[in-house]
Amino acid sequence: MSKINWNNYAFNGFYDELMAAPGVPHPAARMLCEYLAQLDARELKEHKHAAEVAIQVMGITFTVYSEGSMIDRAWPFDIVPRIIPLDEWQRTEAGLKQRVQALNMFIDDLYHDQKVVKDGVLPKEILAQSVNFRPQCVGINPPHHIWAHICGSDLVRDKDGALYVLEDNLRVPSGVSYMLENRNVTKRILPELFATGRIQPVDDYCSNLYDMLAAMSPRPGDDPQIVVMTPGIYNSAYFEHSYLAQQMGVELVEGSDLLVGDDDCVYMRMVDGLKRVDVIYRRIDDLFLDPEAFNPESTLGVAGLMRAWRKGKVALVNAPGAGVADDKVVYAFVPELIRYYLDQEPLLPNVPSYLCMRDDDRRYVLDNLDKLVVKPANESGGYGMLVGPHSTKAEQKQFAELIKANPRNYMAQPTLSLSTAPTLCDGVVEARHVDLRPFILSAGNQTHVTTGGLTRVALTRGSLVVNSSQGGGSKDTWIVDVDNLDGALSPSQSQHQNQGGE
Amino acid sequence: MLSRVAENIYWLARYLERAEDTARLISVNSHLLLDFPRATSLGWDSLVNITGSEAIFDKHYDKRDETSVLNFLCGDRRYGGSIISSLAAARENLRTTRDIMPREIWEEINQLYLDTDKQVQAGINSRNRDNFLKRVIRSCQTVTGLIEGSLSYTQVRTFLLLGRHLERADMTTRIIDVRSANLLPRSPEELTPFENLQWMSVLKSLTGYQMYRQQVRLRVKGPDVLRFLLQDKAFPRAVACSLREMVQVLEALPRHERVQQVVDDLVKLLIAADVESLAAEPEQLHLFVDELQIGFNQVHGAIAENYFGATD
Repeated sequence: MSKINWNNYAFNGFYDELMAAPGVPHPAARMLCEYLAQLDARELKEHKHAAEVAIQVMGITFTVYSEGSMIDRAWPFDIVPRIIPLDEWQRTEAGLKQRVQALNMFIDDLYHDQKVVKDGVLPKEILAQSVNFRPQCVGINPPHHIWAHICGSDLVRDKDGALYVLEDNLRVPSGVSYMLENRNVTKRILPELFATGRIQPVDDYCSNLYDMLAAMSPRPGDDPQIVVMTPGIYNSAYFEHSYLAQQMGVELVEGSDLLVGDDDCVYMRMVDGLKRVDVIYRRIDDLFLDPEAFNPESTLGVAGLMRAWRKGKVALVNAPGAGVADDKVVYAFVPELIRYYLDQEPLLPNVPSYLCMRDDDRRYVLDNLDKLVVKPANESGGYGMLVGPHSTKAEQKQFAELIKANPRNYMAQPTLSLSTAPTLCDGVVEARHVDLRPFILSAGNQTHVTTGGLTRVALTRGSLVVNSSQGGGSKDTWIVDVDNLDGALSPSQSQHQNQGGE
Repeated sequence: MLSRVAENIYWLARYLERAEDTARLISVNSHLLLDFPRATSLGWDSLVNITGSEAIFDKHYDKRDETSVLNFLCGDRRYGGSIISSLAAARENLRTTRDIMPREIWEEINQLYLDTDKQVQAGINSRNRDNFLKRVIRSCQTVTGLIEGSLSYTQVRTFLLLGRHLERADMTTRIIDVRSANLLPRSPEELTPFENLQWMSVLKSLTGYQMYRQQVRLRVKGPDVLRFLLQDKAFPRAVACSLREMVQVLEALPRHERVQQVVDDLVKLLIAADVESLAAEPEQLHLFVDELQIGFNQVHGAIAENYFGATD
């Protein structure tokens, strides 16, 4: 481990989240960069070690399968935070709220009058071929017309410095527990910087989540019975399910804990007997929710759950069928949807997209497979993708066949020059690519966006894949109030003097 | 509390108690053998009998010698009652209940499991045996202490105690059953010079020797030992004492009368036992222990039916 010299930081031609030019941090990152630069090699190593110990002691893990057995791996975490200025974040937040509002109106429309199709905004063949459209949901009116209560949108920054929405995760987006735990770890290792009071707090997420869930209760006024429903300990996000249940003080249930009574209400099996459940925050895919309505083989779900939901006896969060808008082809239409439903211009741009169902687009995609990123409409976790510039001829050929066989299922985007952030790798600070996943909670009358979100980082040099299942790590994300940075140098300098005096 | 979680907690406690009691059993047997002449019938195979695992043992091992029995009872995952299997099962049950148990308990059990796994892979032999068994017993006791000192008096604790006491009562009768069958004199004239030592070993398997000495203040004799281990109200590993604890603990749960009734019936059966004749007649003792084991199954059944939501 060696002392950080920002003058030697290599940009490699990308936009960097902390550094504006060699040796010159962005204004919001100045405090942090100066603090890090005055640490000697030993102190830097101690900081990194302290983070590792904190993660181990706090038990922050994610689950992977290896050789048929399940292993809890320590969460890979980088101690150098990623920083976004408050004013930029406020604009982004407004854009996310606008986007999610339109998406909820869109989903509600699809399961009712389908005006968006009748008015020719969304081609009807897209809806016809959507694998996430659930006919079982047609005509249902969830409370406040909210379907996607919790949305995790992935944002990336291109080399022009602008943030783009890469995708919206409307089914069971995960990662928020890591966002919260990253902050807890960072507070332990960089307490001096938090003492300045300019870093916006993130810790109100769980109470906002609880309030939103409570607002969905079919028995308003009463003390609602809320549960988190998990597929079980073998799920890679089990840590998060358990964490959220614990933080909200609600039961963590599995399908076998629940049953639907003759009165169509949902009950959980307690030591004290059956207890009615009002709101289920389910972290299990639509198709496994209810063997009566969907996959009859599912042992994870609860027979009759859809019946209970349709009758309004229980709230399901997110609502079944919300995934219809979580489709990389539908994604391309979101700017149009915002204009259509809200009569507003989108505040956050989409990444330009080519839809393989369109003849011109498909021809372009097939001719440029080596330059584009090709994505299937309904995969998550970075699976089933072709990253053109990093692919072999054989892989390109395979994708050309896949696209021709099922054009509706594929879209392509230009390879973005994903921004980088300084990351401590093998004792040296180097640029690594990052993205950002904020979480948006929609309760109908209120929409809440996390302060920042989860910054994921591709720990391998040059890699663009940030998923934890594929070698990604994460960073704490700081939203910093730059306008109130009066005398930005003083906190880190006084820190320096204190340490020198010891 | 969710029924599934209650069930996991209950089994967590049972598996932990099983691991600890198995370690105690092996430990005392090892010490006892050192004091005995080669000619005695007492050997490692009695441990296989005590644990009721003859069939599975003989399927995988040729002879009941020290190495085989040690490896079977400590580290054989094919046998569900081995120390490693018990700890693995305890850990799996704890995994799903981590959110409601104090974090140190997870850390202690996780570490114990990982260390045990490492040790049994390296092999258990007469030289490292003592340290290994001590480690298991100490860790289980640490967990008991952590539960005592950091777990609130909620239903979580109730189900832990129910599991622990039932398993303890069960293990105590197993030890009495087979060990005593080997020991009991066919007639008073047939007393071997080692009889005293052997009864002591029964007590020591259950860390009961000291307490017996303090409470009974008599020479170690068959009927007295049986009375102490079956009926004593004060010794924590006595069957009646464990069952009485259960009756008390059950008070905290709803609809406890049914289960209490089953436990009470079992206590009555115990207290009514004629220890003099049981001590004199091995066959009778064996039948009596069988009766108790059936009783334990009924207690478990009543708990499961009442609280773990047998399917409907």
